[in-house]
Amino acid sequence: MKDKSTKICLKINHKSVEVVQGATILEAAIKARVNIPTLCKHPDLVATGACGICVVRVAGRSQLLRACCTPAEDGMDVVTNDPEIIATRRTVLELILSTHPNECLTCGRNGTCELQQLAEDFGIREKTLPALVSDVPKDCSTGAIVLDSRKCIKCGRCLTVCQEEQNVWALTFKNRGLSTLMTPAGDISLDDSPCVKCGQCSAHCPVGAIYEQDDTGRVWRALSDPGKFCIAQIAPSVRTSLGSAFGYPVGTNLVGQIYDALRKIGFKKVFDTNFGADVTVMEEASELVKRLEENEERLPLITTCCPSWVDYMEKFYSDMIPYFSSCKSPHAILGTLTKTYYAQKMGIDPSNIVVVSIMPCTSKKYEIRRNEYMAASGYFDVDISITSREFIRMIKQAGIIFSELDFLAVADSPLGDYSGAGTIFGASGGVMEATLRTAHYFMTGTEMPRMGLKEIQGLEGIKETSISIGSHELKVAVAHGLKNVEFIIEGVKNAIRNKAPLPYHFIEVMACPGGCVGGGGQPWPITNEIRIKRAQGLFKDDSMKKNRSSHENESIKELYKDFLGEPLGPRAMELLHNSYQVRDKYKR
Amino acid sequence: MSYERLCETAEQECRDLEKYDGIIYTCGSTGCVSSGCQDVIQAITDCIASHDIAGRIKLIVTGCMGLCSLGPLVRIELKGREPVLFKQIDSLTIRLIILEYVLQVFRQKDAFVFPYFLEQFVVPQDLPFFTEQKKIVLANTGKVDPARIQSYIAREGFMALVKVLSSMTPEALISEMAKSGLRGRSGAGFSTAAKWDIARKQQAAEKYIICNGDEGDPGAYIDRSLMESDPFSVIEGIIIAGFAVGAAKGWVFIRSEYALAASRIEQAIEQARDWKLLGNNILGTDFSFDCEVRLGAGTFVCGEETALIATMEGKRGTPSHRPPYPAVKGLWTMPTVINNVKTLANIPPIIRNGADWFRAIGTEGNSGTKVFSITGSALNSGLIEVPMGISLGRIVYHMAGVAETGTMVKAVQIGGPSGGILPPPFFDVKVEYESLRDLGIFIGSGGFIIIDQTVSLLDLLLYYLDFAVDESCGRCAACRIGSTQVLGVLKKIRKGRGTLDDLALLERLCMAMKNASLCGLGQAAANPVFSTLKYFPEEIEGYITTREVDTHER
Repeated sequence: MKDKSTKICLKINHKSVEVVQGATILEAAIKARVNIPTLCKHPDLVATGACGICVVRVAGRSQLLRACCTPAEDGMDVVTNDPEIIATRRTVLELILSTHPNECLTCGRNGTCELQQLAEDFGIREKTLPALVSDVPKDCSTGAIVLDSRKCIKCGRCLTVCQEEQNVWALTFKNRGLSTLMTPAGDISLDDSPCVKCGQCSAHCPVGAIYEQDDTGRVWRALSDPGKFCIAQIAPSVRTSLGSAFGYPVGTNLVGQIYDALRKIGFKKVFDTNFGADVTVMEEASELVKRLEENEERLPLITTCCPSWVDYMEKFYSDMIPYFSSCKSPHAILGTLTKTYYAQKMGIDPSNIVVVSIMPCTSKKYEIRRNEYMAASGYFDVDISITSREFIRMIKQAGIIFSELDFLAVADSPLGDYSGAGTIFGASGGVMEATLRTAHYFMTGTEMPRMGLKEIQGLEGIKETSISIGSHELKVAVAHGLKNVEFIIEGVKNAIRNKAPLPYHFIEVMACPGGCVGGGGQPWPITNEIRIKRAQGLFKDDSMKKNRSSHENESIKELYKDFLGEPLGPRAMELLHNSYQVRDKYKR
Repeated sequence: MSYERLCETAEQECRDLEKYDGIIYTCGSTGCVSSGCQDVIQAITDCIASHDIAGRIKLIVTGCMGLCSLGPLVRIELKGREPVLFKQIDSLTIRLIILEYVLQVFRQKDAFVFPYFLEQFVVPQDLPFFTEQKKIVLANTGKVDPARIQSYIAREGFMALVKVLSSMTPEALISEMAKSGLRGRSGAGFSTAAKWDIARKQQAAEKYIICNGDEGDPGAYIDRSLMESDPFSVIEGIIIAGFAVGAAKGWVFIRSEYALAASRIEQAIEQARDWKLLGNNILGTDFSFDCEVRLGAGTFVCGEETALIATMEGKRGTPSHRPPYPAVKGLWTMPTVINNVKTLANIPPIIRNGADWFRAIGTEGNSGTKVFSITGSALNSGLIEVPMGISLGRIVYHMAGVAETGTMVKAVQIGGPSGGILPPPFFDVKVEYESLRDLGIFIGSGGFIIIDQTVSLLDLLLYYLDFAVDESCGRCAACRIGSTQVLGVLKKIRKGRGTLDDLALLERLCMAMKNASLCGLGQAAANPVFSTLKYFPEEIEGYITTREVDTHER
């Protein structure tokens, strides 16, 4: 067997290119700067070979080969287009279009659809084939994501993500031949399946077959109701994720423009979920300290900011519930504080307040109604949760010229003030570092000596490090993408079973690859490159902050002094903490 | 178990049969079962008892005797007389035959004259159907008792295994196979030795052998007959393949509809285990190997090797992209050699007789034989094994007996739904992978349908495309949608609503299916359409230009 690092040389359209052994023809073509059209292949996912758009001709081979999944070989002579190849691609496109509703004008992917783009590139101008569109009804059961199988082109990306990347297996193949569907096994709805609403299926779908439940209508209705006091909050990752939609480089921090846009849309107050994240840090760091010092049998502490991860754990690892942090997620905390602390302070009737969260996430739509604790104050913490994609549409509907927005706009005090710790919640490794900063302070009275822990940033599936806090040597792990959870949790379970030293004391899990920057509700397209750039934007925001730790945030100090009392105190426990329950993977 | 024990067993078996004055062989394969051989077997048993000749005559229920259209078949071999093959036997006829033939021979000895009224049941042995055959894989079928390992041992069974284990290294074995030139008999014709060699060279914790018995082509029943008729030769082939690649575990993957074949193989495996020819330290060497039966998941595409592996892993039977080829990364990511039933059954005779013997049969680059199952407008339908290089015409006119009936042949269809249709002007072509491929014909698993002038090829195409639509797994766009659209165009033409533009559309859709389907099923599903458009354009155009259509809706 040849070494993986062995270089091989091949020709793409008569141009020599050198790639490592194991690279595909497609990768070689990209390196040779030759564009091969693709449809089912997603840059980050294992090729499924479903569409056949990327076929190329290799000298000496009678059959055209799929560039996306055929390994390049030394000495290969590849031609990526000739009249027959182009005719084949075109016919395959026509075949796919014959099973597609072609409702581009009313589709959520109008303008971002990969099939639409190919149809344009290949100049498909008429329907030559009879339509074979299925009449499967939409599955809106989760209230978070909508599966519209009629538009599905069976590329299999959603299956690969759901099964291989997320290890959820909510989506599988159903039926055969032309009746093939990508749906939950058996005749059940998504809501009855193990689906954790992470929306990665939607993030990777090339067409509009699976997308977020649209709640913008409810937001507009609330905004138009004079009796309502509408307050918006934006999640940490949203600020660096809107760039591509408005012509900015990927990862540009557009927080000022976003605040301004929200005000122009009609929100009376604009808060920042980062403030909620700072509160989360105060509570979670206190939990960590408490468990370290008094309650070691409840270690490791596991983060719970990610609702898909919470849902996954309740379904797949319910025996780990005792180790979960009881903290609510930042937007729920900010929501509850808006309806209690802020409402009291400003003398507003909380029943008139409508809190709208702008989130990177489809799962937040589910989270805000997941149990009675999400309305512990007597009012729902968050009334409506919309994704960044829906938010972009609202900005456009409102006729806002994004480039003319005030980039220096700031959020409203006090629930809009945040530290650097709050902002990095949006990227994998951020919650961990933010919590460690404050835990370090709580335990030693000093700031953590090193900030910006590179070893827990980035896209490695499982990241580990150890941190000295006082006399404690804290072993921590960060996982993102649910497939990476198994290794960590099984390691912990083994240690607990064998009464061995714990492999980790503190674990951060985010369901989506890269954390919220790669969330299921983020603008298309999504690739690792984009995830990294968005995360870099957040870490940069942190590094430029004067206050980089939640406990230094003056508004946080004031909140605890005036309203909450101590972290983990009675009021905090009542409003800011959650409980978990065992859930069946299949409801029926 | 040892070489000596095998020889003793063989001798004992021959001595046991020598004791009898005659042996009645009755075909007990699926074809003859469906034409009523069970009653015949019962009648023979009854007759032997009632005439009290149990000590003089022996009944052996064998596998397929080849001429399935004339079943149930019974061959009677009496001492001192030529074997006689009787056709279309029922329980009455067999009583008559025993009374008027067997008992009369016993009684009259040399004075016996064959009664004229039995002539009509005799199949002449000089039929080209028999004389033109060269039997290698079918050598034992119809002769051995598939239910008894001793019967196989008596016909040199497991001698190839003895030879391999006692005198050959895996490398020497593979090079002997390479010398023989054996190519995969499931249709693609990849060198068996090369496939073994690839798997042998992989570094892996385990390696596996899978015998592919998921024969699903309409019109092909060769693997079924072979597994029913000579299961031990398949098992011996698997063990030898296991030794060649360094595998310790094998499976026989059998189409679930093949109940009899599965039970015969199952029975054969159990006996081989009892005789220590499967299990640990086979024949006293340090080579250990075992195998078991796995029933197919019930669809045509599961015969495609990557889909087959998926179903064995408990997944949906959907093909995946090759490479990686199973020989590199197969079942549970381990190197896995998947060989067809026919390929494996070829191995023991090649080893016993040597590569040179095998190479001398057939033609250069296409050594050995090819088994076809002849159906359609043939006088003689059934299984034939012919040397590679024989012409199609020889099979059609002589062996299938079309010359005798005078049927006007329109075409032959070879290779089932993946194959093609050829008109008589091309019947001089030799049966070889390449020469047929050059004509657009995929040799496939060996289905061979003779089509007469009364058949509409468009109707035949409708049948094949309907099959493709039904069997498409849904994985790739070109096959999933393409097959349905092609069928749609064909139906439109059949209804008389086609236009000449539809011919171009057909060509274009078929090209896309061939070029852009993920697996062989989709790539080849359009082959029947291609060859019809190429050799019989008038068959389709006729429906467009002359509006010659049935009045009934299709």
